[in-house]
Parts: sequence; C-alpha cells; structure tokens
Amino acid sequence: MSVMNSDTRPDVDPAPAGAPDGRGAPGRLSAESLSLGYGERTVVDELSLVIPDGAITVIVGANACGKSTLLRGLARLLKPTAGRAVLDGRAIHQMPTKEVARILGLLPQTAVAPEGVTVVDLVARGRHPHTGLWRRWSDEDDRAVAEALRLTGTLDLAQRNVDELSGGQRQRVWVAMALAQQTDLLLLDEPTTFLDLAHQVELLDVLADLNANRGTTIVMVLHELNLAARYADHLVAMKDGRLVAQGPPGEVVTEELVRDVFGLEARVIPDPVSGTPLVLPLGRRARAAHPQED
Amino acid sequence: MNAVQVAPAPAPHATGVELVRRAARGPVRRRRLVIAGTAVLVLALFAARTLLGDYTITVPDFFRILTGTQIPGASFILMEVKLPRAVLAVLVGFAFGVAGAVFQATLRNPLASPDVIGISAGASASAVVAIVAFGWSGSMVSLAAVVGALGCAVVIRLVAGPGGTHRLVLAGIGLAAAMLSVIHYFFTRADEWDTQLVLRWLTGSVSQANWSQIGVLALILVVLLPLVAWAARGLRVVELGEETAYALGEGPARQALLLVLATLLAAVGVAAAGPVAFVAFLSGPIARFLNAGRTTLLASGFVGAALLVGGDYIGDYAVGNVNFPVGVVTGALGAPFLLWLVATGRTGRRAS
Repeated sequence: MSVMNSDTRPDVDPAPAGAPDGRGAPGRLSAESLSLGYGERTVVDELSLVIPDGAITVIVGANACGKSTLLRGLARLLKPTAGRAVLDGRAIHQMPTKEVARILGLLPQTAVAPEGVTVVDLVARGRHPHTGLWRRWSDEDDRAVAEALRLTGTLDLAQRNVDELSGGQRQRVWVAMALAQQTDLLLLDEPTTFLDLAHQVELLDVLADLNANRGTTIVMVLHELNLAARYADHLVAMKDGRLVAQGPPGEVVTEELVRDVFGLEARVIPDPVSGTPLVLPLGRRARAAHPQED
Repeated sequence: MNAVQVAPAPAPHATGVELVRRAARGPVRRRRLVIAGTAVLVLALFAARTLLGDYTITVPDFFRILTGTQIPGASFILMEVKLPRAVLAVLVGFAFGVAGAVFQATLRNPLASPDVIGISAGASASAVVAIVAFGWSGSMVSLAAVVGALGCAVVIRLVAGPGGTHRLVLAGIGLAAAMLSVIHYFFTRADEWDTQLVLRWLTGSVSQANWSQIGVLALILVVLLPLVAWAARGLRVVELGEETAYALGEGPARQALLLVLATLLAAVGVAAAGPVAFVAFLSGPIARFLNAGRTTLLASGFVGAALLVGGDYIGDYAVGNVNFPVGVVTGALGAPFLLWLVATGRTGRRAS
C-alpha cells in the first residue's frame, strides 16, 4: 500500500469482506476511476481508491484539492461524471438510496438543526433509514439512540435544545445522530472544524473507540495533518483531484509529501506521544531564528 | 469525554433507553395536544361562521336543515351562503397551511412559503390570463392555475440554481412581483369585471363558494393529502439539510416530489379561492410556535383553516356593513408578522 498510480484499477470483491482488521483486504467501499465535478469543472479526476474495511481512513490535502468532493462522491451525494463509486460490489448510484443509508452513513458539513429541536429528537432522526411505512418506532430504535448518546457522552444533554449547546457539544450530537444510523461505514466531512483542540481530540477519540469496539469503517476528511497521522490507519493524500499517496501514516507523511501536497516546508519527526509522524512547519520566522536548519 | 462513568455500573444501557423514552414522550404529548387544540379551534370558528352573524341559526335548526328539513329563509342562507363559504374556507385554509409548512420546512426558510415566493401569484396570474385572454371558465381556469403554479415553481428553481434558499426566496419575490403586474395588466384590459372577481384573484376570497366547486376541491384533496402525508414522512430529515437528508436515505427525487405535491396543494387552493394572502406563510410558524419549535403538518393545516374561517368571519362583520374579502384580513395579519421575522433575524437559517 504505497504510492498508487492512477491507472491501477483495484479488483473489487463482490462479497463483502467483514474482517474487522481488514487492512489490505478488499474493501466494501471503493472508487473506480471516479471523476466528479460541478458543471464543467472537474474536481476529482479518475481517482481509484479502496477503503480498507474496519479501519480509519483519513483523507488529507490542501484546500480545494477535492477531498470533500471525493467523500461526497463515495457517499453517492454527487453523481460521477465518469467511473463509479462501488459499495458491496454494486455501483452506489444505482442502489436504492435508503438501502445505502442502512450501510453507509455520512455527516456532511452542511447539517442544519431545525429551531427548537431537542438532542434526543435530532439523534432519533438518524434512525430514519430503518423506519418504513410498515415499520414503526420500536425498542430497538430506542436502544440505538441511547447507545449513540452514550458513546458520544451526550446522554446528559438528551432533553436540551440543540440551539443552546456549545460548538463541541453540538458536533458530538451530530455524530450521535450519524451513529444512531448504525451503519457499518461512517463518512465524516471535517468533523472537527470549528472545534478547539481539546474538543477535536475528544471527538476523534469517540470515533476511534467506535472503530475499535464495533469495527465500524470510518472515512473522514481532516485538515489537521498531525491529528490525521495520529488517528488514521490508512492515510490518503490528495492534490488537484488526484491521489498522491496512500498507506500507513508512517509511510505516507514525509517531508517531500508535505512539500508536494501542501506546498509547505516542514520537518517530520516521530511524535513523542504516539510515534506517528509529526509535521513541524518551518515557516519564515522559525527559519530566520535557526538558519542552520534550512 | 467520560462516556463510561464509574459510579453506577449495573446497567447504563437500560437507564439510557429509559432516558431516551422519557425525553421523547414530552414532545409526542405536546404534538397531540397542539393538533387537538387547533382542530377544536377550527370547529369552534366553523360553528360561529355558520351559526352566528346577521342571520343566527340555532344548533337544532342547523341539524334539521342538514338532514333535509326546509326552513324558509334559514335553509337558503345556510345551504347556499354560509355553509359553502365556511366549508370552502376550511378546505382551502388547510391546503394552504400544509403547503406553506412543507415549503418552509423543506427549504429551511420561513420566507419560502408559496404565497411569498410567487407560486400563488403564478397560479393567480395564469388563471386571470385564461379568463381574460382565452375566455376560459370553470375547471379549465383551475387547470390553468395549477399549470401556472408549477411553471412558476420550475422557473424559480432554475433561476435560483442549486444551493442556498436565499437565492430561491429572492428569485421568488421577483417572480411574484412580475406575476402581480400580469394580473394588474389584464384587469386594466378587462372592463366588465365585478369587484368580487377582481378581489378574488388579487387578494383571495371565499364569498363565491358553491357546492360543485367544493366537491371538486374535496376530491382533489382526498387524493393529494394522503400523498403528502406519505412523502412528508421524510420531512423530519429533509429539515436537516439537503445533504444530510440524502445521507439518511431521502434522495433529491423524493425531496422534489414533496415540493411538487405542496405546489399542487397551493395551486388548487388558489384555483378555488384565489391567493388568500399570507395564510400559507403564517400557518407553519404559528403551528411550530405552539409545538415548541417542531414542524407539524396536521396542526399547520388546522391553523390555516382557522385563519381562513376566522379571517372570513372578521372580514364579513368587523366593520359596519363593509364586507372585506378574507385576503384583506389575512394580509393585514401577515404583513406585521413578516416585519417581525425580518426584525428578529429569522429569515434565513444559519448553517451549523
């Protein structure tokens, strides 16, 4: 799993691979020469990628590199202009959308809480794909909602209005809604935006626990490279709509890659806490102070 | 993050479920109360409208007339004037209330109701064109109104493009102004119009109600409302944003279908009683206010019906012997509410 050429088409196993530690195993979710765009503009260009089952995959890249667009394409929110996104061996755009919603969850950045909605009401809406004309609300739904609240530490907030919550609490409630959906795969678009560092770590720990305890496959777009390196099992670096590198963070995050993908001169050292790569930007000021480092 | 608490270890699972159940119970009870309350209000206003006024009818007489007894004077006034007018007001008000609430919830903007964004005006304008320019009448006019409303909805969608509902509201307000000028233009060309008809297509009125028209409207609503109820099961996630709804299994096609059905509801309402100002715009927010901020279509429909029956009653009797069409009354109620929305900054939802 190192640098992958854009023309290597991964073979897709029609049978879902359920191994909880499925690194390297064929993934249930993949992109096959997937191109995505808005109107005439191509944002993701013939990208092929297999999401390893049961792992945490983090997509990183500079602004406007197409990482959020890729996530939306993988979650069938954007129709491909070419190629396809594949879930369990089927083109995801041809599957009934409610069926997809029982397998794959997505927390977009654009989620809006209606005025006056309570936490428990909002989280309960995550059960929507499991309800139907003939299937009423059941104990199982209550349990799923309670479990989602418990995992995100929002049980105490259950009766509060979402409007009244702090940014960190609100983001955890949204994650709880996505968890109540009880999908095997969970995609999150920059879930830590607008959160301070403590809340970022708290949220990522929730997701890491979810992955460890339930084997949920997690795919997320993150801005903060050091946190991405720390939490990812599989790191995907993108530039200009193409995949530049993918693999374990220790292999992917190098000084050359940071220069190439982010246009940033940086040192990469082992993180003294976790041993994962730690990116230290040089910046003009630091370089002026330590010219020998240059 | 202390998701795992140390102290009461036995069954955090069960207590969580219990807590969820308890937290969900309050809103359910409140919703039932609001629906029942608004329904009773509609009944009370309906009774007042049919029994009171210039010509009072007693309750026993009311049922005797309904079951076929002829009472000179009273029979005619009840069966040909008061009752059809009240029944039409309830049906149209209900249709407007539901349509408005669906628009506001789906587009996540209280301004985005069909009577503000030009859909009602579009229905009205094409009805007027059908009458004046083509000399159509009866159900052809109603059909024209429905086509006009759908056409306007499509134009607004195309002009606004994908994304924010602010653009959609702006496009709609522009279109509403254009449609109003079409109505005005055709009225200046038509010379033999009595004021009742003019007012009906400009502000809306139920004073021309007749039973055959009510029968057609009732039939259409019997078909449309269950469809709306079915499509609106997704409303609780559609409210969370277009993408969130898609992620939860409500794709763009179903979201569009819900809006098309609501457009049809508004259009048949306009075809029957004209674009009664602001009923669609007011009903949803009032019902939501009663229901602690949560959307309830049924209560919105009842609020719409109450507004129309009540407004018609006030218009008929409030000022001496002047009869205002109901649209004048609801317009007078709606304008201050619109200003209040703008003043309190509730005209567009923030993201997050």
